[in-house]
Amino acid sequence: MSSTETQQKDRPGSRPPGRQKGERDRAPHDTGMRRREERAAYLFVLPFLIVFVAMLVVPLAYSGYLSFFRQRLIGATSFVGLENYVRAVQDQTFLDGVMRMVQFLLIQVPIMLTLSLVFALILDSGRLRLQRFVRLSIFVPYAVPGVIAALMWGYLYGRDFGPFAQVARALDMAPPQFLSHEVMLYSIMNIVTWSFVGYNMIIIFAALRAIPTELYEAARVDGAGEVRVAWSIKIPAVRPALLLTTIFSVIGTFQLFNEPNILRSIAPNVIGVGYTPNLYAYNLAFIGREINYAAAIAFLLGTVIMAVSYVVQLSALRKERRS
Amino acid sequence: MHPRSTRRLVALTATTLAGALALTACGNGDGPAEEVAEDDFEAAMTTDTSLTFWTWVPDIQNQVDMFMEEYPAIDVEVVNVGQGADHYQQMRTALEAGSGFPDVTQIEFQYISSFRLGDNLLDLAPYVGDLSANYPEWVWSQVTVDDALYAIPQDTGPLGLLYREDLFAEAGIEVPTTWEEYAEAARTYREANPDGYITNMPGNDPGQFAGFMWQAGARPFGYDGEETVRIDLMSPEVQRVTQYWQDLIQEDLVAVDPDFTDQWYQGLANGVYASWPTAAWAPVFLQGTAGNTSGLWRATEIPQWEEGQNVSGNWGGSTNAVLSGTENPIAAAELARWINVEREPALRFANEQFLFPPSNEILQDADFLEEESEFYGGEQVNRKFAEISETVEVDFEWLPFMDYVYSSFGETVGSAIADRGDMMAALQAWNDDVIQYAESQGFTVE
Repeated sequence: MSSTETQQKDRPGSRPPGRQKGERDRAPHDTGMRRREERAAYLFVLPFLIVFVAMLVVPLAYSGYLSFFRQRLIGATSFVGLENYVRAVQDQTFLDGVMRMVQFLLIQVPIMLTLSLVFALILDSGRLRLQRFVRLSIFVPYAVPGVIAALMWGYLYGRDFGPFAQVARALDMAPPQFLSHEVMLYSIMNIVTWSFVGYNMIIIFAALRAIPTELYEAARVDGAGEVRVAWSIKIPAVRPALLLTTIFSVIGTFQLFNEPNILRSIAPNVIGVGYTPNLYAYNLAFIGREINYAAAIAFLLGTVIMAVSYVVQLSALRKERRS
Repeated sequence: MHPRSTRRLVALTATTLAGALALTACGNGDGPAEEVAEDDFEAAMTTDTSLTFWTWVPDIQNQVDMFMEEYPAIDVEVVNVGQGADHYQQMRTALEAGSGFPDVTQIEFQYISSFRLGDNLLDLAPYVGDLSANYPEWVWSQVTVDDALYAIPQDTGPLGLLYREDLFAEAGIEVPTTWEEYAEAARTYREANPDGYITNMPGNDPGQFAGFMWQAGARPFGYDGEETVRIDLMSPEVQRVTQYWQDLIQEDLVAVDPDFTDQWYQGLANGVYASWPTAAWAPVFLQGTAGNTSGLWRATEIPQWEEGQNVSGNWGGSTNAVLSGTENPIAAAELARWINVEREPALRFANEQFLFPPSNEILQDADFLEEESEFYGGEQVNRKFAEISETVEVDFEWLPFMDYVYSSFGETVGSAIADRGDMMAALQAWNDDVIQYAESQGFTVE
């Protein structure tokens, strides 16, 4: 205990590892009191459980239930078993959407997380002046609602009056076509990166602050420079945080909705009804009125997200074991 | 003094006839529904009642206030749940849930049949009397099926052509009266003005495209009110319209920007588009969008397919309908009728909210017709469109799932427009997709 306690004094706000375990060991209570404590604990999580069940488990189960039926505009609702799922895995629009998100994932997430990591390392090195200000300005885009961000970027991307187009025209160049078929996906990547770099940076930065400073001191004694410290100590130490942000990003990518939905209004023929799987489910439910099929799509999407997150986690664990 | 209500006169004559009718019509469910008796009407309108009215029309509270002044016992709450698609989604959700839906609602013409599908609309004929003489035939046919009246028209959008007189003159083109002349003018204009186009053909506006089909005499959609729909997007008339725009687009004679976007507003304001085949609600809209071009625009008839013809289509327009689940059908129907039919509120729609009036009474009103618009060089634009309103083709029908049809348009024909691609192949794809959807939804497709 004593060693972790001193660390804590050095770094306020950090979480000493292995604390829960220690706590258990030093709790030799009698069984009656223990049971009462347990009951109290359940009582404390009850509000969460109620909301969790009512707002998440029940709707989830209900949409799962819906996905096995088919309700048509004409005729009664009928049980169709897995028919909606069979249709979905053969639905080119859905598959295209999923593949588009995979492409998005492979390009955008590495760029965003690298940027977040670099910013976090720079901030943590303590060599910046105006550190708080820089940290805040990188984080501020996250505080801008996604809808507003998409609207703003939609304006910036404008072909005629957007600032990029105006600069290009002033230089006698062809204005960049940010909203064309070919470039749209990258334009959306840019918006998402801009919005979430700060958020991921804060998570990594917090993890960096939790590293015991003794390690740095020891490294410096051994003659390691700032870069070496970052590479050999900091990055390995924040691997759990990186894993967390990766999984968040995977989930976020597959759930992409706001940005394409907003840009749709300025480039309606570039972003189709199935541009992202989430958008597709939404359009199926509310435009095509195929609630059951939309539920099946949503469930499949959930499965894809879980599978990809699991793969990410698994590969990270394997790497850890190897090292 | 209460203003005289035509409805009451109708109801009064109806009561005197009611006895006689009851004897003959008794037990005959097929005959026209019986008029509501005057006593019931008076009772309903003097009993304290709350109504909910879902609408997105700006300042419609004015008309509702006038209504509440007329009927102090009725309290109307105006709710804006969103415009267009959002509005209909909310409606469907509430109807599906079986509660929380409004008594009176805004519905555009093309969505009426989708709410007839679920028997969600109240037949207003027994409540408001015979209004058929109030409207041009085509308007009336949009809201009625046989003897049933499903909505009260509020505004319409007959198609005309707005054009920049100065730009046309500079390019040396006469105002085209046929589509053929319009295509030639497009070529001449583009040669004279490499940075501009005679017009813009948006790939995101199935409503405008439907208006073009309508004007060309196409009848691509139909619905019998039960389970049978007619889908014929490959008819010669639709192909003619599609091929026409295909040629212009392929030759780069028209722009293909999505409409109602910033890009497009700029295009109108900066003279990138020299004309706009558009609806009767557009003249006022354009004044707000391209205020800097005041005095330069003119309004005329939409180009014709055959020389010497004078026919138009319709784009947009809206109605007020009563949902069949309402607990206060008499008061709700009276609200829908009163604000749209009574002269005072209806005139206000036309003169203050600039909704293009559907009713003959306003369309013949001298003040309305003679208003000279500075934006259009002092022209009497209202008169022009009032004349056009009489030439709109009758009997254009819709499918009970226009949301899907329009969305599918964007994926097919719209996409081909935006990419300057193969519109004819896209038309076939649109046709097939809509048929496939109809069949998968259990409809019989004719």
